[in-house]
Amino acid sequence: MDPEPVLAPLALVDVAKSFGSVRALRGLSLELHAGEIHALVGENGAGKSTLVKMIAGIHRPDEGQLLVDGRPTEFTAPVDAQRAGVAVIHQEPTLFPDLSVAENIFVGRHPRTRMWTIDRARMRQETEEAFARLGVQMDPDRPTRGLSIADQQLVEIAKALTRKARVLVMDEPTAALSGVEADRLFEVARTLRDSGTALLFISHRFDEVFALCDRITVVRDGAFVSCDLTADLDVDTVVHRMVGREVNTLYPKEDAEQGNTLLEVKGLTREGVFADVSFSVRAGEIVALAGLVGAGRSEVVRAVFGVDHYDAGTVHVGGRALPPGRSKAAMAAGIALVPEDRRQQGLIMESSVQRNATSTRRRSLSRFGLLVPRAERAAANDWGERLQLKFGDLADQVSTLSGGNQQKVVLAKWLSTEPQVLFVDEPTRGIDVGTKAEVHRLLSALAGEGLAIVMVSSELPEVLGMADRVLVMHEGRITAELDRDEADEETVMYAATGQRPSEVTR
Amino acid sequence: MAPERTLARTAPADQGRRREEITRKGRLGSLLSARETPVLGALVVTLLFATMFVDMFATGRNISFLFLSIAAIALMALPMTLVVITGEIDLSVASTLALSSATLGVLWEAGIPIETALLVCLVGGAVLGAFNGFLVTVMRLPSLAVTIGTMALYRGLSYVLLGDRAVASYPQSWVSGARAPFLGVDGLPWIAVAILGLSVVFAVLLHATAIGRSLYDIGNNDEAARFTGVSVTWTKFWLFTLSGTIASGAGVFWTLQYGTSRADTAFGLELQVVAAVLLGGVSIFGGVGSVLGVMSGVLLLGTIRNALQLFGISSEVLQIVTGLVLIASVVTPNLATRLRARRVPVPATRPRSHNGETP
Repeated sequence: MDPEPVLAPLALVDVAKSFGSVRALRGLSLELHAGEIHALVGENGAGKSTLVKMIAGIHRPDEGQLLVDGRPTEFTAPVDAQRAGVAVIHQEPTLFPDLSVAENIFVGRHPRTRMWTIDRARMRQETEEAFARLGVQMDPDRPTRGLSIADQQLVEIAKALTRKARVLVMDEPTAALSGVEADRLFEVARTLRDSGTALLFISHRFDEVFALCDRITVVRDGAFVSCDLTADLDVDTVVHRMVGREVNTLYPKEDAEQGNTLLEVKGLTREGVFADVSFSVRAGEIVALAGLVGAGRSEVVRAVFGVDHYDAGTVHVGGRALPPGRSKAAMAAGIALVPEDRRQQGLIMESSVQRNATSTRRRSLSRFGLLVPRAERAAANDWGERLQLKFGDLADQVSTLSGGNQQKVVLAKWLSTEPQVLFVDEPTRGIDVGTKAEVHRLLSALAGEGLAIVMVSSELPEVLGMADRVLVMHEGRITAELDRDEADEETVMYAATGQRPSEVTR
Repeated sequence: MAPERTLARTAPADQGRRREEITRKGRLGSLLSARETPVLGALVVTLLFATMFVDMFATGRNISFLFLSIAAIALMALPMTLVVITGEIDLSVASTLALSSATLGVLWEAGIPIETALLVCLVGGAVLGAFNGFLVTVMRLPSLAVTIGTMALYRGLSYVLLGDRAVASYPQSWVSGARAPFLGVDGLPWIAVAILGLSVVFAVLLHATAIGRSLYDIGNNDEAARFTGVSVTWTKFWLFTLSGTIASGAGVFWTLQYGTSRADTAFGLELQVVAAVLLGGVSIFGGVGSVLGVMSGVLLLGTIRNALQLFGISSEVLQIVTGLVLIASVVTPNLATRLRARRVPVPATRPRSHNGETP
């Protein structure tokens, strides 16, 4: 690169960040230039969110430096980032719904009159100026409740503008926008670029990235892969760089004999969330539900298990219809669900290891309706040993365990119900590599014992390594069904982003 | 960096204090877990103090009076314990009691046999409770708002039934029957024994059954409970129904005990019920509490009031003392946790630094 006289308003040099044993970022560098829209692309879990939070001053890097105008700076709190002229627009803005647009824009720094009251006239005027610069029509006095997400984002951008932000970060801003709304947002982004703002744009949609951005940085596994001008790249190269990695032997799915169809889902629909989802799973088979975050995978699984309702469709387990919206019936029919959010859905964090591990089958551990403490302890111990759970005492709060061991408690809780159909939603999210391999071995062994397993995962290597069949979801629909030998990183990624480069054209 | 421990249960010696706290269990230990200990201790101290220093306290007549005065509170505190453990609250219990009492009065005056009237009252109470439950679960409204509303509604309905009249024509045999001693034991009304029995039932339900465990789960994290197959909606609905039923039972007892039905009966009693429940160590945020603690709380509040009354202290002061005791009960466990939290990590993380500051 040729030496630039103008220093980048924001740059990251070799930043690293770990959460416990999980390395979210390992030496990533990024330089944002004034008057340029910079795209950041990567798989789920590649470290993009961590990076954004670092720029926003929410996380601090363990290693590496943050440079503002070439000077090393530390953001200890979001306020520091704001002072340095950095503004972040999140996917779903968090405005105060009952305050007006102008009040939201000036929240925390209202202009004052000489009487120390809020200077509404000035607030309104500056808001109007900001909207005028963005080329947007909006009434500064209306409450933000009821604004579309697109409009809320514009309010956030106007806020950034009145703060004189020089760096604007947009974290998947278009995920919830319609095509027209996205186009309007891009117009605004271009306007800002032309006035000298540095923009960072994060998106999974390649068409947007290529249409809007001047430069593309690819990250993978928390590390920098490449940074090139958009003109020098094409979609295939980018996809390849995003996923280009060997599927290693961490994922040992053994071939299991496949038996009868245990689970059959037909035409499952929930308005606005997912539509016409059909699939079946046989004994001994692992089916992966792949796709991007927000594609509706977890929602499908939750609806089948009965914690959520659905509007249309049927679920059959072992040939028998399952009543909708009743998780108890699902459990009785032999379904188990290891949910996505361990802390919120999987475990009662305040409760003990033993109580969590036995919470799914308290009735079978009771005699005449009374729980038998010895049976409870024995059951918890038994499963603790089987899964090689590391814990101090069964009476300890489950929150004292590490993430991987917490996940084992969730697994114990569900495997002890001796299910026929096992749903696992992001089974290895946020756990260390060693436990991850254990979980993979366990799932493989369970399939070998004749369980039908449905695995939701955002980690492509895990999907490709474990699954006999891959269903890819995009925006609430199944867009591809791939057998083990058809599925590779690129076919899955294309289907997940709604791109079909080769065969299918619509 | 806490070293991971394995099944072998070998505790590193340097973590002694914290481990002691965690492993303190076993049957007796878990009964006396931190939250109930203060209220139990306070109860014992108060009882000893009152016996030694308050004339007339330890007489059969007074003890019987004490039991009768807390009977209604104790009854309503039992289902309230379960309701609060699931993270909800039922403030309509005293009004349900009054409406039940007023219904009994109207039915009695209309010449309906008392047995039928009792049954009608209990069913009515269940309906009132179910209405609360319906609003909380199906309509997904916050129970605090719902039961403040029905508190006024049910009280208003009892005024509609009785106006400012009182019904006091109950047969003397029923009135003295309500206050009768158990097997002729002086100072032990049968209702006290009945409440004791009911407490045991509630304690077993809460502490030793699958349903009880699921109540704690709901209170701690209702989403995780839902993902474990617990029907949160139905559980809460039945709890409110139970609460209404028992409150109306308390209303029937109250009516017969005092021999009158009035619309302003037990005005403000719900606060004493909630006070006793919180005093007994139940967390207002749900997920924590025990029947033993709550019953101790009820008895403690009753004993303090009774002893102060014997001292000839006015009812205004009683009110103030009740308030102070409640505040103390909320503050003490908080302080205790904070002190513990302050004490533990200092030696664990780093040796005392040179500047000699305690954080």
